[in-house]
Order: sequence, then structure tokens, then C-alpha cells
Amino acid sequence: MQFSRLSRMTVVLAAALAATACGQKEEPKPQTAAPAPAPAPAPAAKPEVTVRLGHVAPLTGPQSHLGKDNENGARMAIDELNAAALEIGGAKVKFELLAEDDQADPKQGTIVAQKLVDAKVNGVIGHLNSGTTIPASRLYADAGIPQISGSATNPKYTQQGFPTTFRVMANDVQQGKVLGEYAARQLAAKSVAIIDDRSAYGQGLADEFEKAVSAAGARVVTREFTTDKATDFAAILTKIKSKKPDLVFYGGMDAQGGPMVKQLKTLGLKATFLTGDGGCTPEFIKLGGPASEGQYCSLPGVPLDKMPGGADFAGKFTAKHGQIQLYAPYVYDAVMVAADAMKRANSTEPAAYLPAIGKTDYQGVTARIRFDDKGDLQDGSISLYQVREGKWVYVETLGGNPAEAATAAVSEAKEAVKEAAVATGEAARAVGAAAKEAASEGVKAAAGAVKEAAEATKAAVEKK
Amino acid sequence: MDIFLQQIINGLVLGSIYALVALGYTMVYGIMGLINFAHGEVVMLGALVALSVVSVLAGSGLPGVVIALLGLAVAALVCMAVGFTIERIAYRPLRKAPRLAPLITAIGVSIVLQNLAMLVWGRNYHAFPPVLPASQHEILGATITSLQLAIIAIAALMMAALVLLIQRTRLGRAMRATAENPAIAQLMGVDIDRIISFTFVIGSALAAVAGLMVSANYSIAHYYMGFILGLKAFTAAVLGGIGNIAGAMIGGILLGLIESLGAGYIGDLTGGFLGSHYQDVFAFFVLICVLVLRPSGLVGEKLAERA
Repeated sequence: MQFSRLSRMTVVLAAALAATACGQKEEPKPQTAAPAPAPAPAPAAKPEVTVRLGHVAPLTGPQSHLGKDNENGARMAIDELNAAALEIGGAKVKFELLAEDDQADPKQGTIVAQKLVDAKVNGVIGHLNSGTTIPASRLYADAGIPQISGSATNPKYTQQGFPTTFRVMANDVQQGKVLGEYAARQLAAKSVAIIDDRSAYGQGLADEFEKAVSAAGARVVTREFTTDKATDFAAILTKIKSKKPDLVFYGGMDAQGGPMVKQLKTLGLKATFLTGDGGCTPEFIKLGGPASEGQYCSLPGVPLDKMPGGADFAGKFTAKHGQIQLYAPYVYDAVMVAADAMKRANSTEPAAYLPAIGKTDYQGVTARIRFDDKGDLQDGSISLYQVREGKWVYVETLGGNPAEAATAAVSEAKEAVKEAAVATGEAARAVGAAAKEAASEGVKAAAGAVKEAAEATKAAVEKK
Repeated sequence: MDIFLQQIINGLVLGSIYALVALGYTMVYGIMGLINFAHGEVVMLGALVALSVVSVLAGSGLPGVVIALLGLAVAALVCMAVGFTIERIAYRPLRKAPRLAPLITAIGVSIVLQNLAMLVWGRNYHAFPPVLPASQHEILGATITSLQLAIIAIAALMMAALVLLIQRTRLGRAMRATAENPAIAQLMGVDIDRIISFTFVIGSALAAVAGLMVSANYSIAHYYMGFILGLKAFTAAVLGGIGNIAGAMIGGILLGLIESLGAGYIGDLTGGFLGSHYQDVFAFFVLICVLVLRPSGLVGEKLAERA
């Protein structure tokens, strides 16, 4: 008796479920495949489209503080886009973020990527690590889903020939080169020890650094390795101590860099410590303590407060999510670049707006974003920072935008030529006033000015 | 020579910590035949609790050693409570279940504790405030800090105390009896529930000490740190012979030395073919060798004795 009632109830329940499921299916389909479109309360004047962007970063494990930071950057962009109530292709657009966790593990990265491909997302922002981004990029490319990473800097990511891969940050070839030259020239290091964490990012950056520092005349005394989960570096630092280097370079993240610099001082090494963007965080200083004082790091782009809208971004982000760890502004830009491309293509379909990403010219909070034919950021500049009194202090920007610098120099030279011409004209008028000697002097001065201008132009071209 | 000595010192410090954690594994295994995979997370909790207490008191003007001891006291209490609770909730109901069941709950407890810690302390790394004196001493060209000296000394003291407890006290005798044969021990009037709880509580207290040592020495604590540390300590316990107290100590120290010397010299020995990032591999290479060549461990009892 009881049993039959139960089974009847089950049947009713199942029928009800089936009915709701069917009801959902029968609803008019929006342009993109959304799994459960919100039931429209009233017949809307315009159709609404849900654009789903996948975001992948490590949300658990040793790098989860950076992963969460990335996600917050993406969320902030999504919130702002939704608040702006965009219209694309005649439909109101609602952005949605599908945040996934890849644990900074290449295997997990591809599993999560497949999940996003199956969910038919409109685009992917991420991943955080080069090691997870590179294997995942093949899956996105096969599915034709555009991928914009805010932090994967290994050059291989964009060199695979996929049309779908983009990044809004200078790559490790650019960064490693600047760091290597900086170590040998400005920091005057004669002998250098290099450590990396054997991740695609750390190893790639350290390789580029090694090339550049050797080319600049310094000697690499030893190359040591650790992992992105290690906390004990006593053994490798002891070995490095025996080689007495002037400088220790670390290719890896802050979670290792901070304790490493502390253990370096404990063991009595006197070398300067230099690291890439992965260590350029407040976390590095917190973990390194007083030992981090005077050490250097580099970060692609120019400091946020020097960018138009940068200080504004920092203020809003800090109010909502707390201190910026590292890549949040870059990820924010990545989302904005995707939305910008959709606007220009007037479509949210991956196939339609993908070509528009390549033609991006967008003023982000981290840089003016334009892509080269591979999907790399054009003319990415690199800024160096040093810890002074417990804070990362901006030192200088290097590499940067050689083309832009040259253009500026040429236009300066042009100005000088123009001034010289005006001076010549004035001198000619002076001739009319029958002051021959003064005139000839004026002509001479003008000629000198023209010559100087020509020299400036030449210098500018050489610099380029 | 000074470099070699330095590597030995590095290895001893690391090994002392491994040994303390390994004791927790080996005691539980010895008594219940269970590998408590949540033990690494107890160490992590000890580290984070101690670090939080120390951070709060860092500005109070108390001497550094007092602050560290207060941190340790709180951490030990929390860990003991956690260890006790784990056993009551996750292992006691399964004591008669097949061996695999408590192993799986152990992994479950480990995940729960890790996520709890993530909720409480967040995903960020926490730096240990520099309250302890960090004066450096030179020994034949090698450097050792007073903190490292303290770690080695305290670990040795704790281990000696534990051996005394097990060999010389009534409670220790009850523990040994329970390990030998729980059913008969119960017939002889030993309250084995109490003994097992007690074993977990002692193991967890040792874990709290190890947690404080790790976070103070490497100046870092993180909700994720227990995983690798737990695995290494488990390896140390197996290396020495799991279930054997002396074995855990020897295994821990040995593993620390192997890792430290291995990472320091493997690059030179293999001509750069293998690098120092294989540091973590040594532990697991050793584990495999022991399991294949001498499953009972270096000083392990014969398996027949424990059946």
C-alpha cells in the first residue's frame, strides 16, 4: 500500500519534472545557447542575449590567492559591462562569468577547458599559468573559441599558429631580455645564479633571462631548480652560496620567491635578488619580510597609477575586493577587449567576433592594447620595481615602445625644423630692413638649427 | 667542506620536523593499523593557529619566546581537540569496518580540514612574524640560526619524552598492549577507546609543535601546506618501519638528510642531467625502494608479530 503510493508519487514528480524540462525547451531560443534562460516576466521590448565567458585560474592550491585575484578582476569587468547595458546585434546583452579552477595543473587545465568547450562559452579569459594555458589553448582553438589570457607569458602560447590565442601582457622573451640586460648593466652583476620552478612560465622566463644576461656580459655560475609547491630552498641556496654570485634571479611565483629571499639572507648570501612578474606582489614582501628590502622585480606594462583610468580602477577594485595581488587589472582588460571586439563585430558569436579581436585598438588600464599577427601584445613595455621601506617602488620603464619613442623623437625634430624655417623667414625679412650682417648671421643660425634637427632625426631613427 | 656541513645542518632541521610528524602517523598505525591521512592537515592547523596567535601578540611587547610558547599552547590545544574529534567522528564508527573504509574517511577528513582552513584563513600565504631571535652562529664555515638549533633540540627532547612515556608509564604499557592485540588488551581491563583517543591527542600535540616549527623556520603557512608535508612524513614513517616509534625518528632524520644532500649534489653528480627540482622525488623514490626491498622498513618489526 505504502509502496504503491510512493511509486505513484515518484511518477507524478517525474512527470512534473519532465513537464518543466519540456517547458524550458519550448521557450523561444535566444541567439546563443543558454542552458536556463531566466523566465521573462513580461514580453521584453528587445530580446536578451546571455554571453557566457569562461574564466580559468587556480582557485585552490598554492597559487589560489593569485587565481582569486584574477577572477575578481574579471568579475569587476563583467559587473561594469552589465551595468552599462550594452546592445549587440539588436539584442540586450547580459554577461555571465563561468569561473573554473584548474589548480595550476596542466592536466586539470585541459579537463576544465573541455568542460567550457562543452558548455559552448562565447569566449575564455585565462588561464593564469602558462603551463595550463598552452595545453588548454588547443581545445579552445579546435572549438573556435577565442581565448584571451591576462597573465600567461610563455611565448609558446601564441606561437602555435592558433587564430584564437591572445594575451594582453608582454611575453617572456620581451621580459627576460629586459631583465637580463638590467641585471648586467644597471645592477652591474658580473656573476649570476639562476633558479626556476620548472613550470612553463618559470623555466621560459629563466631561459630568456639567461640568454640576455650572458649576451650582456655577465657569467651564469649555476642554474638551480625547484618546484611551484616547495617551501624549503636551503639545499639549493647553500649550493649557490658556494659559487658567490652577485645576483640571484628567480623565475617563478611569489609563494616561493618570498620565502626564498628570506632563506637566502638566513644562509648569509649577499647577492641581490631579482625576479619576474610572478614575484611582483605585496605577498612577496610579506613573506620575505625584512630580507625583501632592496630586491627587484619586473612587471609588464607601466605602473597602474601612470595609466589613464588606472588609479580609478585601483580605487574601485580595492574597495570591493581588497588589495590587488597581481594580474587583476590585466584580466579586467582582457574581458574588456573581448567585449570591445563583440561590439565592433556587432555579434557575440565566436566565429563572428574573433577576427575583430585581432584588430583591437583599445585603451585599457594596463596598456594601449593592440595585437600583432600572433595575438601578442604589440610593443609591450616592462617596468622595474624595487622594495623600499616595505613597498614595491617604481624604478623605471624599459624596452617599452621603441616605435612610439621614435615617432615622438621624429615629431620633435620636425618641430625644430619648422622653428628653424620660421627663423630663416624672419632673417630674410631682416634683409629687407637692410641689416645684411644680422641677416647672414640669422641664416647661419637657422642653418645650424636645421642641421641640429636633422641630427635629432637621425638619432631618433638609430634609436628605433 | 663548509658547504657539505651546511647541507647536513639543513637536512637535520628538515629531518627533525619530518620525524615529529612521522611519529603521529606511526603511533596511530601502530595502535589501529590505520594510516591517518588527515595528520598532515592537523600539522597545517597547528601552524596556522600558532601563527595567528603569534601575529596577534607580536605587538604586545612580550618577549618573543613567550609569544611563541603561548602560540604553541593554543595550537596544541586546538590540534588535540581536532585530533580527538577526528577519531570520534571519522574512525571510531568504522573500527570494525574493512580496512579501506577508514582510509577513505581519512582522505575525506583531510579535504574537509583543508577547505575549513581555506574558509577561515583564506587563500593567501601567511608570513610568520619575526618575533623569535634570529641570531646566526658560525660552525666551521656553516651557518645555523638559534631557531634551527632550537628546532633540533626540541624535536630530540619531545622524542625522548615520548619514548619514556611509552616504555616507562602505565599508560604506555596500555598503549603497547592495545597495539599488540586490542581484543586481549580489553579483556585485561584496558579501556581501548580511551587509549586510542589518547594516541590521537598525543600525535596531534606533536603535530602542533611541528607546525609551529615549519612556519617559524620557513616563515610561511598556507592552508595547502599539510598535503606535501604529510606525504613526506608518511614516507619517513614507512622508511623507518611504520608502527615503530624509533623507526619514525630515524626515518624522518634520514629522509631530511637524503633530500638535502640529494638536492645539493644531484646536479653535479649527474652532470646536470637531473637537477635540484628532483628534491621532492627523492622522498618518493625512497618510499618505492623501501616498499620493494624491505617492506617492513629499516627497523620495522617482522610482519608476523602484528597480525
